[in-house]
Parts: sequence; C-alpha cells; structure tokens
Amino acid sequence: MNLMSPVNLALLAVLLTLTSSVVSLGSGGRPWLLRYVAMACLGLSGIASVTTGLWSLQVQTADLLQLPMGLPWLPWQVRLDALSGFFLLIIGLITTAVAIYAPGYVTEYQNGRDSLPVLGGFTGLFVAGMQLVVLADDAFLFMVAWELMSLSSYFLVTFQHEQSASRRAGLLYLIMAHISGLTILLAFGVLAGFGGTFSFEAMRLAELSPGWGSAAFGLALLGFGTKAGLVPLHAWLPEAHPAAPSHISALMSGVMLKVAVYGFIRMSFDLLPMIDWSWGVIVLLLGSVSSLLGVLYALMQHDLKKLLAYHSVENIGIIFMGLGLSLLFAGTGHPLLAALGLIAGLYHTLNHAVFKALLFLGAGAIVHTTGQKDMEHMGGLMRRMPWTGLFFLIGCISISALPPFNGFISEWLTFQTALQAWVLENGVLRSLIPIAAAMLALTGALAAACFVKVYGVTFLGRARGRAAKRARKINLYMRTSQGLLAVLCLLLGVFPGVLINLMNGIPNLLVGQNLTHATRNGWLWLTPINASVASYSAPLVLIAVLAIWWLSASLLRRGEQRRIRRTQVWDCGFSTPNERMQYTATAFAQPIRRVYGLLFRIEETVDTLGDGSRRHKLQVTDRLWNLLYEPVNRWVFAAARRVGRIQSGQVRGYLGWSLGTLVVLLWLIS
Amino acid sequence: MVDFLSSNSWSSSSWLLVAVQAALYAVAAPLLSAWIKKVKSHLQNRRGPSLLQPYRDLGNLLAKEVLMAHTASPLFRSAPYIVFGTTLLAATVVPLLVVRLPIETIADVIVLVGFLAMARFFLALAGMDVGSAFGGMGSSREMLLSALAEPAMLMAVFTLAMTAHSTNLASMITTNLDAGLVLRPSYLFALLGLLLVAVAETGRIPIDNPATHLELTMIHEAMILEYSGRHLALMEWAAQLKLMLYGVLICNVFFPWGMVSQMPLGYPAIAVAVVSLIAKLALLGMVLAIAETVNAKMRLFRAPQFLNLALLLALLGLFSNVILETGP
Repeated sequence: MNLMSPVNLALLAVLLTLTSSVVSLGSGGRPWLLRYVAMACLGLSGIASVTTGLWSLQVQTADLLQLPMGLPWLPWQVRLDALSGFFLLIIGLITTAVAIYAPGYVTEYQNGRDSLPVLGGFTGLFVAGMQLVVLADDAFLFMVAWELMSLSSYFLVTFQHEQSASRRAGLLYLIMAHISGLTILLAFGVLAGFGGTFSFEAMRLAELSPGWGSAAFGLALLGFGTKAGLVPLHAWLPEAHPAAPSHISALMSGVMLKVAVYGFIRMSFDLLPMIDWSWGVIVLLLGSVSSLLGVLYALMQHDLKKLLAYHSVENIGIIFMGLGLSLLFAGTGHPLLAALGLIAGLYHTLNHAVFKALLFLGAGAIVHTTGQKDMEHMGGLMRRMPWTGLFFLIGCISISALPPFNGFISEWLTFQTALQAWVLENGVLRSLIPIAAAMLALTGALAAACFVKVYGVTFLGRARGRAAKRARKINLYMRTSQGLLAVLCLLLGVFPGVLINLMNGIPNLLVGQNLTHATRNGWLWLTPINASVASYSAPLVLIAVLAIWWLSASLLRRGEQRRIRRTQVWDCGFSTPNERMQYTATAFAQPIRRVYGLLFRIEETVDTLGDGSRRHKLQVTDRLWNLLYEPVNRWVFAAARRVGRIQSGQVRGYLGWSLGTLVVLLWLIS
Repeated sequence: MVDFLSSNSWSSSSWLLVAVQAALYAVAAPLLSAWIKKVKSHLQNRRGPSLLQPYRDLGNLLAKEVLMAHTASPLFRSAPYIVFGTTLLAATVVPLLVVRLPIETIADVIVLVGFLAMARFFLALAGMDVGSAFGGMGSSREMLLSALAEPAMLMAVFTLAMTAHSTNLASMITTNLDAGLVLRPSYLFALLGLLLVAVAETGRIPIDNPATHLELTMIHEAMILEYSGRHLALMEWAAQLKLMLYGVLICNVFFPWGMVSQMPLGYPAIAVAVVSLIAKLALLGMVLAIAETVNAKMRLFRAPQFLNLALLLALLGLFSNVILETGP
C-alpha cells in the first residue's frame, strides 16, 4: 500500500492534533510546553490538513481506508473525497492561524488560576474531533467524533468557569449540542434502518420512500441546523462563542459551524438517495430569516465578541441560502444551477471561516491589551495598534461583502444563482426566490452598517475610557496570524477562479455537474453561467481601483500642496468636543433600532434618582428567547418536577425502574 | 446573445475609449449639479450661480491648504481618495455614450452596487474618525438610509436583469435597444423605484438637503464636516459623480435610444449619442429640480416609509416581470 496518499496524510494530521493534546497535559508549571511544543504540533497538523485538502481536491477521487478500531462487526472507516477535502482545507487554514496566534495569546492565562493543560488538551481534542467528523465514512465514527467535538468544546466554553456567565453559557451549549446530536442520530437511524448497516456506503444505496426521506432530511436539518446556529435555534451561539478564549471563539465560529454545514451537505446531497425541491424552499427560507435576524441582533450588541457571534448566525444564513437554492434547482432538474448554488454556499463557507477567524483574533487582540469586551469603552485604537487596525479593517470590509474582497464573491454568486429563477416553471417559486434575494441585499447593507459601527467606535475617534488608553501594540505571533488571514481575504477575493476550478470536484460528486465554464475564460474572469449573462474580473477591478487611487493621489499631492496643517477638531465651530461627546455604539444603532423595533424586545426606562439626576436604562433582547425558549424551559422544569416524584433516593428503586424499562424495551423489539 | 468576452471589442483602442468615458464622467459631473441648481433657482425666481461655479469651487478647494484635526487617523487622509476612486470606477462601469466597452465585462450591475457600497463604507468611517459629535450622527443616518435603499436598488436592477437574462449592463441596454418601443409594466415600476432610490442615495430633498448646514438635519454634509482643501474637493466631486452616475444609469438603461452600439465608431453616430445624452440628462435634471422645489425635506424617521415605497415598487416590478413577462 502506498504510504503517501491523501488519506494517510489526513490521519497524520489527526495524530499530530492528538499529540498536541497529550503534550499540553504536561504544561501545568511549564507554559513553554503549551506555547511552543503543543502549538507547533497543532500548526503542523493544520498545514497537513491544508495539504490534504488541496491534494484531494486536485485528484478528485475518493480515498478509502479502514481503521483497526471500532466495533467488532463495524470497523471504523474513513473516506476522503472532494467534499471532505474542502472542509479539511477550512479546518487546516484556521487551525494553522490559531496555532500561530495562541503562543502570543495564552500568556494571559499562564499566571492566573486558569489551567493551561485543560486549555491545550481540549483544544487538541476539539480539533481532532472536527477532523474526524469530515473524514468519517460510517455513522458510528461520525457520531463519536461529533460528540468528541461537542464535549471538548463545552470544556473550552466553560474554561473561565469562575464567571457565572461562562457556566450558564456552557450549560445552554451542552443542552443544545445534545438536542442536535440526538436528532442527527435519529436521522442516521432512519437511513441505517433502510440501508441495513451504519456505513455510509450502505446508506447511499438505501431505498427510502419519499416520506421517510423527508423525515430523515427534517431530522438532519434540525440537528445540523441547531449546531450551525440557524434561527430560531441560534440562541446558544451568541452566549457560548464569546465565553471561550478568543482563539477558541475563532475556531468555534470559523470552523465548528462549518463542520455542521458539512454534515448537512453530506446528509442531504450525498446520503439521501433523492432530493426534493420543497426541502430547498425550507432551507432557503430558514437561511433568509437567519441572515436578516442575525445581522439585526448583531447591530444591537455592544459587546464586541457577542456581536461577532451574531454575525455568524447571519453568515450561516447566507450559506444556507446558497445551499437551499442548490437543493431547489437540483430537485427541479437543473443540475448546472444546483452546482452554482452549491459552489456559492461552499465559497461563502470558506470565506466566512477566514474573515470570521480574522475578526475574532482581532477582537482577541483588543481584549488582550485592553481587558475590555465592551465597545462603549473603546475608541482610537487605530493609532495605538495600527497593524491590528489594518487587519481588522480588511476583515470588516470582507464580511460586509464589498468588492474586491472575498465576502463579495460568494454573495455575488448567490445573487447570480437567485437571478436564474426564471428557468423554473412554478410561478410561486419564481417570485419567492427574488424575495430571498431582496433579503440578502438588505442583510448585506445592514452588515455594512454594523461594521461601520464596530470599526468606527472601536478603532476610530478618541479613547472613551481608561482601558482604551492602555492599549499597546500586540506581539508578533498575534500580528502574523492576523496578517496571514487578511492576505487570504484579499487573495480569495481577487483570484476566485483558481479556487472554483479546484472545487469543481464537489458538485461533480454531489449533483453530477461541474462548473468548468465558470472559469473557461481563464483565471482573470468569473463567468458563472456564461460570459453574456454575467462576468466579473476581480484582478482587473483591483488594478483599476489602484490605478485611479494612484493617479488621483499623485496628481493632487504634488509640490507645495503636500503640506497638511494639524489643528483642533472643528465640529461646526462649537467648543472643542471631548471623548464623551462622540457617537456611541448604542447611539449609532438607534435609528435602526427604531425602524425595526418590532423585531426586538426593548426595555427602556428613565428613572429619576433622589438627587434629581436621571438614569437611562436600555435593554434590547432577542424576542425569540421569550417566545420559544422560555416556554420550553418552563415545560421541561414542570415535567422534571413530575418525574422527580419517582425519585425515592434508594438504589433498589432505581434498579427496579431500569429493569422495568429493559423489559418494556425487549417486549417492544420482539 | 453576444459573448462579450470573445467579441472583437476587446482591443487597446476600446480601452482608450474607457479612459475617455471615465474622463467625461469626471469632467461633466459638476456641470450636471450646476444645471440642477440653475433650474432650481429659476423656479424660485432667483438668477442662481453660473454653470461654471462648481468648477471654480473645486479649483479653489484644490489650491487650498489642508487643515486636519489632531485626532485624525491615516484612514481620514486616505478616505477621500478611496471614495473618489471607487465612485469614479463605479461611474465608468455605466455606459455613457457607447455600449459594449470592455469595462462592462469586468464588472456587472451587482459589482456596481458593491462599488457604491464600498465608497459609502469609507465615507461613513471617515465621518466617525476625528471623534466629533456630528460626524457620527451623519454616518449613523447614512448607513440607515443606505440599508433601506440598497435592497430597493438591487430589486429594481434585478427586474431589468430578469428581462435581459443578464446582469451585464451592456446586455441590458442592448436588449432594450433591440426591443424598440415596448411598454413593459415591470419597467415602469422599476423606473419609479429607481428614481426614489436615486433621490435618497444622492442626498437630495426630501431625504437630505445638499444645501443645508443646519447641524441637526445634515447627513452627507455632517460626514464631510471636518474635511478641507483638496480632501473636501474630492469628497464633493465624488458626490457630484454619484449624482451623474444615477442620472446616466436611469437615462441609458430605461431610455437607451441614441446610444452607439455598433463598434466601428462613426462621427455622426457619436454626435447623435452626445446630443441625446445631453437632452436626456437635462430633462432628468429639470424633473429633479421641480421635485426638489415642490417638496420639503422629511423628518429622518419618515424616510424609511419613502424607501419602503421604493422597495415595494421595485418588488412589484419584479413580480410583474416574473408573473407576466417571463415564460420558461
């Protein structure tokens, strides 16, 4: 057997991650062990993953391997095809960036009460779990890896467990992760019931009735959608992701959500034998609602990390819009457009991983140097940490989907897919898809508003508090890692053709059609349908922009005019404004809060205190929390109280109940 | 359908035409604003400034020294160049006199909206940079209005795109040129929607007043309040370019007659194109001036209703296209 094959390299990456996990266990009194040895292992594993991903995208053949582990009748199988390769590439990229970042970042924890072995150990397990999920070729290994990922990330969310907010977020996360795990297991159960065994190979051949197919799809959507953070099952995400250390937030938002997207694609496009167009409608609808609500809730946040977490909800929504369109076109017999929608969704998956990791790492840098997460205390950080300022700006531009950066490419492809709605015969669908496109447009514009707020309040203006004045340049590790991701944002935006060419194996595998014509005119051009329908040339756009800037700058800055005189802020000639007179994040979002007021739960009170001064209090919360979660919460507690009556506190009683349950189950099976 | 990438329009002489088109936009933009001001003054029984006044203003500003706040960051200095450059590029994408220039293949109408969003992003950031109270206010309002206007704009152009089966501006225009005088209900809705969006996006009455310096009502002026000298000139010029861009977009996409679409250019055809463009823009400018004279500026929180009307019109256009006009 050839030892140098993509799948072996992938397993090497998993082994390296586990090594990093084991090495970290010894880092109790020796932080250098975590910072240099464990993170080097993690970084090497990331590089190995990237290589594997690119390699398998290049060769485009599925690579199978049986592991000497697992159950006696069901050995674990791993399989590396184009889809797994692509997600391995995403995991690898972000893991590498995080491994470069972490040595600079964990210094924050090495002198306190926080335990470095816990941090490093679970980070390794977490990454290994994600790598194994995308490699798994049977439901058993998939679920084991999935739980490894969920449980180890729980310990990372509650890493700072002395804070009650972390504990609460952790509990919520654990509950939601298990609801998701359970529904995924049920979805696999349906497939395995018809296919005979738990291996994916058998599931693909299973003959399902349309009813059972839809049931399996519904369960998978519920399970993977919960884990990915689709509205209305997103409530755990903005609590859990910010609670973890920032580089772990980057991994969770950047990569873990993508693993859920992977599961959804694997299930609906690959394992289920046929695709129904009505699934596409549901996914498209959920995606649109998630993206719009995600960005609106993000606008109301002034905790930097929580805001970014809400943007993950938004971007997952955009990814699912692409996938929904793809399912819709695949179900109505338009494989070419299905391929386009799939590429749009997948490209956004990669883009979101890159810019969200970049933004979380930037937020981590800010938290590291100022000790603050609240934007209202920041301001003027651009002059104190210029490199982070530049990289964060690139992240903001990318996530706001502005050309020529990467977020724009995937939204452009999604729009192009939606604009082909005229090929459909169903008039309702033809008019539904444009509405989804309108929601995508609104989402994009609101995201830009939100990131003007983030960047303007955090990096521009003047320091609003003592914490922001304390801000200093961050160390080289953190800067390098952010710079790497920022360059990637630009490259992915300027050379989309190269990557789409590589990705062609995925639609080939899943919908039986590739998009070779999208790059037919060379790497300079992107022509998703054909050149007369739409074309975009990011490299030429970049050249044109740079040429105009250079021209206008060089024309205007000649000679004597070069001089710039520094003075005070003019501000319409009023007295010089102080820091407290700047617009705050809350003030910036106020018009939008008023226009979309119905979607939020707003509590606003003005109290007059004893000394005559006024206290203004404003709380904006998720309406869904009260509509959906509180009733369920109450119901669960009520049910638990009822069930609690059978708790006698005696072991005999419990054993009796177990015996009874077993007997009933046996009777049911026989 | 013409495959624009493989057609012979892709030559160095056509790139020269692109450069000429960009220069024409830059040179003519102040004139359009001056024309609107002139008509408006006339309607209000004033003589109004000369048509050359905006050029003199720009010249003055370019010659002056730049004053900049101590608190300004590098972003403040580069924003005028970014805003001007991106707006000029966006304008160049819109065919002015000749259809099928190579620039139209490197960016379609969605990219055009993206360029405008990019310019606005930096304009709003620049407003927040020096840390004055008015700048943040302007940025916040601008981003609200744009968030409402952008979907309406995209829906209006999607209506056109659905008819032409293409998001390429040249394709849209040639489709309309070839179709001749056909009355499409969808176009009517899209035109109305796009007109409302154009009014909002270019900061005209009733959304914003370009002539105001009353602190609490400013939007665009508030964002560029701290600028001076050549930086201010670039910002003003970019605003004039944006007005021109929307004017040309509306004129040439909905009423493309007179434009040159055959590639060996002849002088008579160009003369016709120039005259027809001037006539169209002059007429549109008069319509805008009349609308600005008979309307008063709205309260900020009435603006969402105005823009929702635009979105609704555009969506109606799209629906009537999808239901009435396209068959599979």
